[in-house]
Amino acid sequence: MPAPIRLRELIRTIRTARTQAEEREMIQKECAAIRSSFREEDNTYRCRNVAKLLYMHMLGYPAHFGQLECLKLIASQKFTDKRIGYLGAMLLLDERQDVHLLMTNCIKNDLNHSTQYVQGLALCTLGCMGSSEMCRDLAGEVEKLLKTSNSYLRKKAALCAVHVIRKVPELMEMFLPATKNLLSEKNHGVLHTSVVLLTEMCERSPDMLLHFRKVCLLVPQLVRILKNLIMSGYSPEHDVSGISDPFLQVRILRLLRILGRSDDDSSEAMNDILAQVATNTETSKNVGNAILYETVLTIMDIKSESGLRVLAINILGRFLLNNDKNIRYVALTSLLKTVQTDHNAVQRHRSTIVDCLKDLDVSIKRRAMELSFALVNGNNIRGMMKELLYFLDSCDPEFKADCASGVFLAAEKYAPSKRWHIDTIMRVLTTAGSYVRDDSVPNLIQLITNSVEMHAYTVQRLYKALLDDISQQPLVQVSSWCIGEYGDLLVSGQCEEEEPIQVTEDEVLDVLEGLLVSNLSTPVTRGYSLTAIMKLSTRFSSVNRIKKVVSIYSSSIDVELQQRAVEYNALFKKYDHMRPALLERMPIMEKTASNGPTEIMQTNGETEPSVPDTKHLPLVTQPANQANDLLDLLGGNDVVPVIQTTLPTKPASAGGELLDLLGDLSLSGGLAPAPSVPVSQPPFLLDGLSSQPLFNDTSAAIPPMTAYSKNGLKIEFTFERANPNPNIAVITIHATNTTEADMTEFVFQAAVPKTFQLQLLSPSSNIVPALNQGSVTQVIRVLNPQKQQLRMRVKLTYTHKGSPVQDLAEVNNFPPQSWQ
Amino acid sequence: MMHFLLLFSRQGKLRLQKWFTPIPEREKKKIVRDMTTMVLGRKPRSCNFLHWKDLKIVYKKYASLYFCCGLDAEENELLALEVLHRYVELLDKYFGNVCELDIIFNFEKAYFILDEFLLGGEVQETSKQVVSRSIEASDMLQEVSERPRSR
Repeated sequence: MPAPIRLRELIRTIRTARTQAEEREMIQKECAAIRSSFREEDNTYRCRNVAKLLYMHMLGYPAHFGQLECLKLIASQKFTDKRIGYLGAMLLLDERQDVHLLMTNCIKNDLNHSTQYVQGLALCTLGCMGSSEMCRDLAGEVEKLLKTSNSYLRKKAALCAVHVIRKVPELMEMFLPATKNLLSEKNHGVLHTSVVLLTEMCERSPDMLLHFRKVCLLVPQLVRILKNLIMSGYSPEHDVSGISDPFLQVRILRLLRILGRSDDDSSEAMNDILAQVATNTETSKNVGNAILYETVLTIMDIKSESGLRVLAINILGRFLLNNDKNIRYVALTSLLKTVQTDHNAVQRHRSTIVDCLKDLDVSIKRRAMELSFALVNGNNIRGMMKELLYFLDSCDPEFKADCASGVFLAAEKYAPSKRWHIDTIMRVLTTAGSYVRDDSVPNLIQLITNSVEMHAYTVQRLYKALLDDISQQPLVQVSSWCIGEYGDLLVSGQCEEEEPIQVTEDEVLDVLEGLLVSNLSTPVTRGYSLTAIMKLSTRFSSVNRIKKVVSIYSSSIDVELQQRAVEYNALFKKYDHMRPALLERMPIMEKTASNGPTEIMQTNGETEPSVPDTKHLPLVTQPANQANDLLDLLGGNDVVPVIQTTLPTKPASAGGELLDLLGDLSLSGGLAPAPSVPVSQPPFLLDGLSSQPLFNDTSAAIPPMTAYSKNGLKIEFTFERANPNPNIAVITIHATNTTEADMTEFVFQAAVPKTFQLQLLSPSSNIVPALNQGSVTQVIRVLNPQKQQLRMRVKLTYTHKGSPVQDLAEVNNFPPQSWQ
Repeated sequence: MMHFLLLFSRQGKLRLQKWFTPIPEREKKKIVRDMTTMVLGRKPRSCNFLHWKDLKIVYKKYASLYFCCGLDAEENELLALEVLHRYVELLDKYFGNVCELDIIFNFEKAYFILDEFLLGGEVQETSKQVVSRSIEASDMLQEVSERPRSR
């Protein structure tokens, strides 16, 4: 068998390969040769073969069959063999391989070898990739070597001990005695590795930390060493650009940081040296800045006096002006860490930070953006926002989403005026509209709803934005929602904040219909615009056009759109009487921090938003006179608020009017019909509702009663008990008509004394057919916690034979079982 | 600590890989791919620091070779640049005007030098001379222990 080719020969050969296939072929050939050579147990060339294998492994080819060979090399007596063997072990073996453990004995022997370079190899290998088992077995040997006077071995043993502690933290204790006089070494290698070892021990164990702090008095020792480094003259061995052993300086500063953290005495002891390093270190080269950086980190982390902290922040400020990108980056990162604790000091550098937004480097821009948002406060909001919006315009797409979110958050917290807030939102939507997060659309809608006096201005601006560009979906969605809500303000030209534009109803509908057909619109956007068009049916006069649009889409392929269109169509056809109330102006939505349903307060577009505490809500749709009449009849303050439940699909129009009836009485948790917004219910009434069916046949039968009978209209009450809450009586009214003409637009309203609570559900219809051909039914739920005698006042309105009829009556003949 | 040190060329060919934590082979390959993609994709005058998972990545280009290392989040990036520079100086001292070819044809030597400078992801010797002397002595030992023939 000819001698295997030399390593360099092989490398040269492989590099001549022109294609991947050619290279693979060469490699396979050589691997075969190596394999047979291994099989022959060839000691002479094993080293050469493993070296070649390592090269091929680096190229990405499998080399696992060489693992055992590495072990054989390690066991050899030749230094060359050991060198390659240990290298191979570090590259090919890791703790996942079972073969790994076989190394333990070899390493143990080599740790006690007569030649320090062999010992060094063993220490290096153990320290790089020793498994926990190996560490446990060999920790004793390492500890022995930590106490040797041979600095070459001592430094390696120290780092090997660090690895052992990382792998097996429980063994930390055994290295403690050996650390006693580590810092009295003169050798920098040993000093450096000792500091690393001490750092590792202090970081892992608070007890160790205390021990080193109080017992060993580490801080003065470290301060002394650091001082010597700084004060000593030029030392050729350790000099780097005029600074003596920067690696050691930085490690000492880091250990000082850990020792000084949350300890006043230690922090005080290192105060002077930190100030000295901070002021005397040469800053022209990277190495000096590396030391300053570590110093700043230490100052900020320990309990330093304020003068020192200001010095640290000023160093960071100077870093920000440095030409070197790395230093600017590091400064921004550090300032971000300190902005919470030293906010004012960092604010002084705000303009420099904002300038960094214009930096070309992506990493710097990101840090500058994060820091800018952290610095925004009520005083600088206008200026900062100008810069940030400019940044949003020109930054890379990867930043836009985060920047937009940040702008929204900052604007929400510190907006100086509502107009400014809305302008800012508009700006974000128009410049980065497609990058805003999904949840920003509902948040913005909520914000816009709450800025009542800005509705006209907002809808106008959004309309204008839509005319320009319909590609940015969040913008389009918010705009179409607003146009749906406030379209009447748009066409009536009511804007105060800026010049009102002249736009007709048809133009608005054109725009919204354009959204429906455009292929830039997503299905969600189409849903928004269809709903907006529908809402305009109560605000615009061109109802026919809207009806047409809606009926077209009831055969849309998009299921979501189709469902909406069909429901809206039904609204036009069968429930037209409910349409105004259903589509009326959205109430103010109170923002809750949790994900729970938002509590909705009853209001309408023209009145001021109510504050939760004052339960006084003026209602405009009905004059208060009628309400007062009712109040008088029932003896003043006895009338009780009526709480309307809203079922998601069929809210009652009767509810709205009933509330009007009660005029300026307090309403607790009055709810408006809202097709798409979750609704909170007064808990007590829902206890029965959610968990039990409304009509429970197992309840004791209560005889029905005739509540009203006059002019051919008869209203009968039937009763059920709503289990499990026995305080709730469920009354179903049946209205029948004995006359020959239908009673149309029939509305039944009821009021109860103050100690009761009433809930009126939606009626089955509003036409009572003539001659008892059918009846209108409606469910009333009455809560009677005090078990008082039930009394009710009812008001009936209907149109009969062309003329409106209205009647008030009192119902007192409730059977006792209904309220006991 | 340093988690890994990689040397790769402008074309993404790996010239040296040192791992200081136990990682499965497949994952090592993935990390190498990620590093080469990220670093080679950087614009020429960007800063030398990146973020990848929870590690800080520090890289520096020397001639045609990229030196790239992955550090713990609390490490000093500016000092890491000095560490990389020191390694290049050591290589330079050993090979005399080191270039990529030296490292290709003498990769095992590059490893030996690295093992005298770093151990377990930390710097073990801060003096250039001491490291060089150790390498020279080891080489001498190698010469002596071998029979007079080259590998």
